[in-house]
Amino acid sequence: MSSPSTNIEPTGPRPHPWLEWDRVVVYAFLTLTALYFLAPLYIVIITSFKDLDHIRDGNIFWPQTAYPDGVHFYDPWRRAWWEVCTGLECHGISPNFWNSVKVTVPSVIVSVAVALTTGYALSNWPFKMSEAFFTVLIVGSFVPYQVMLYPMVLLTKNMGIYSTLTAVIFVHTVFGLPFLTLLFRNYFASLPVELFKAARVDGAGFWRILIQIFVPMSLPILTVAVILQVTGIWNDFLFGVVFAGLPNYPMTVKLNNIFTSSFGVKEYNVEMAATILTGAVPLLIYFLSGRYFVRGIAAGAVKG
Amino acid sequence: MANVQLRDVHKSFGATHIIKGIDLEIAHGEFVVFVGPSGCGKSTLLRMIAGLEDITSGEISIKDRVVNDLPPKDRGIAMVFQSYALFPHMTVRQNVGFGLKINNTPPAELESRVNEAARILKMENLLDRKPSQLSGGQRQRVAIGRAIVRNPEVFLFDEPLSNLDAALRVNTRAEIAKLHNDLGATMIYVTHDQVEAMTLADKIVVLEAGKIRQVGSPLELYHKPNNLFVAGFIGSPKMNFMEVEAVSSSASGVIIKSADFTEQRIPVAKGNVKAGDKLTLGIRPENMRADTKGDLKISGKMELVEHLGHETFVEAKTKSGVSFTGLIDGETLVKLGQDMALSFKANDCHLFDAAGEAVHRLKVPEIVHA
Repeated sequence: MSSPSTNIEPTGPRPHPWLEWDRVVVYAFLTLTALYFLAPLYIVIITSFKDLDHIRDGNIFWPQTAYPDGVHFYDPWRRAWWEVCTGLECHGISPNFWNSVKVTVPSVIVSVAVALTTGYALSNWPFKMSEAFFTVLIVGSFVPYQVMLYPMVLLTKNMGIYSTLTAVIFVHTVFGLPFLTLLFRNYFASLPVELFKAARVDGAGFWRILIQIFVPMSLPILTVAVILQVTGIWNDFLFGVVFAGLPNYPMTVKLNNIFTSSFGVKEYNVEMAATILTGAVPLLIYFLSGRYFVRGIAAGAVKG
Repeated sequence: MANVQLRDVHKSFGATHIIKGIDLEIAHGEFVVFVGPSGCGKSTLLRMIAGLEDITSGEISIKDRVVNDLPPKDRGIAMVFQSYALFPHMTVRQNVGFGLKINNTPPAELESRVNEAARILKMENLLDRKPSQLSGGQRQRVAIGRAIVRNPEVFLFDEPLSNLDAALRVNTRAEIAKLHNDLGATMIYVTHDQVEAMTLADKIVVLEAGKIRQVGSPLELYHKPNNLFVAGFIGSPKMNFMEVEAVSSSASGVIIKSADFTEQRIPVAKGNVKAGDKLTLGIRPENMRADTKGDLKISGKMELVEHLGHETFVEAKTKSGVSFTGLIDGETLVKLGQDMALSFKANDCHLFDAAGEAVHRLKVPEIVHA
């Protein structure tokens, strides 16, 4: 018997026994799923460190621990980066890595900068027909790329940039704009409009409000836009194959060529190393910015 | 002299006519409050004066200069927003100094003006904080600081207190009044809170549906409302309105009657009132008394009794079904469901004609003109 005055409300998590039936099921399921999805990555990684003899032994789940004389564990990686051949050309995947960098960096910067400015103008400086313009943009972000492929080839040809890196950059920038503009417009529309008005009363103009007020406040959505663009452009295959031309192929196209060229022995270990090298950039970006990415998506989702 | 004039100002958003012809003179150093129910256009009108909203037709001038086409920064105004509108990534110092920095004010002068504004608002210790580290009241003070520092001719306030809690609201209201006293600048203030309007204003502008219903000092509006709308809007609790009929009218007043009243003379100007006219009698709850010593008596059954201590608010219904309210002495014994008679003086009555326009009272308390 306790008196009412000593009645204390319970706090903290609900007590439960250490082992609970439903928990066991949940964790077992999660563990199995994780293993299932991690297995390919595991095999790719260990295969990239094996020599061909060891691969031919057929035990794909066990890593190689001992190497014959003159063979190093990093040999497949070296070959993938510097030496692997496609056709007659034997420079490895490194030139194409740099091609991808040369395409991704300017496309991301230009498309994000233009979309940022356009989205800001659409949300805060409405002009005649700006709503109609916005509708066209929404429609534009749903047009499949394949529909525009042939017109784009003609356009770049007439511009004289077909079969160069410039063409790839141009195409990526143009196709990135509708969705990115939508993203920024909606984000800016979710910011309190009084901030914009206060800045105007203080005498700030179009660019000053954008650069000094809106950009610092839009870091989460900027992160989202940059990640979307970097991974999208880096992973792109179609535009690379169509617009770049043979010496300018980005990494993805080169990787595909390494896989499909059946010349001499099939070097699984080198192919795996090239695969990891190609996937490393988007993977790194996700790992480094995952937190901001989720935060940005959430910010857009809740307020937009 | 920073006077503000509005001449036949209209505003439409597409087909919707929001502001329907506003004429208003605001003298230098005046504290003018726009009040009205939500949607009456008071905030739109303020934004038009600020230059944040285009004018569809008409003319706005500040300091005898037409500003219709000037951007906000060239109008000599500063504005304080309801949501404070502080830039979240800047410190208080940067927020307050933002406008000056844009004007290319020399750093030394900028520094001293920001410090001066901080001193006036007693927020020197907050200067290096970010807005997220401030309480609501402090943020509002920073927002006011941002206005002060620009040394404007006209201050515009858009419902600046509505995000603050009750106690802070009273404090900040007093601070704004003091600020007006110290700076002597023209201030235009939008609110839907009539207590703010009554306490702060030199002049209240009552708006309804995009039109001015009355302009006057707080006491003028309280004691001499021009129409039913203003009479019902100013004063809390709301004025009682009762349907009555004119029996006769003369220079000394109008004699009225109704199902609930015996015939009684109300001292108002005769105006156009004729015998047989349907009129509305207005009487404020605070003019009701819990005895029968007044000139007019009304009795009914108590439907709501709220004892507030120093006074008691009652709501009652007469036999003929008319509801009325009264604020009576707090020590009167009143019970729910009880039949009780209240009374009031003929001098305190307002009369309105069928169109809702006031029939002017002959006797108005002297304080109105003091």
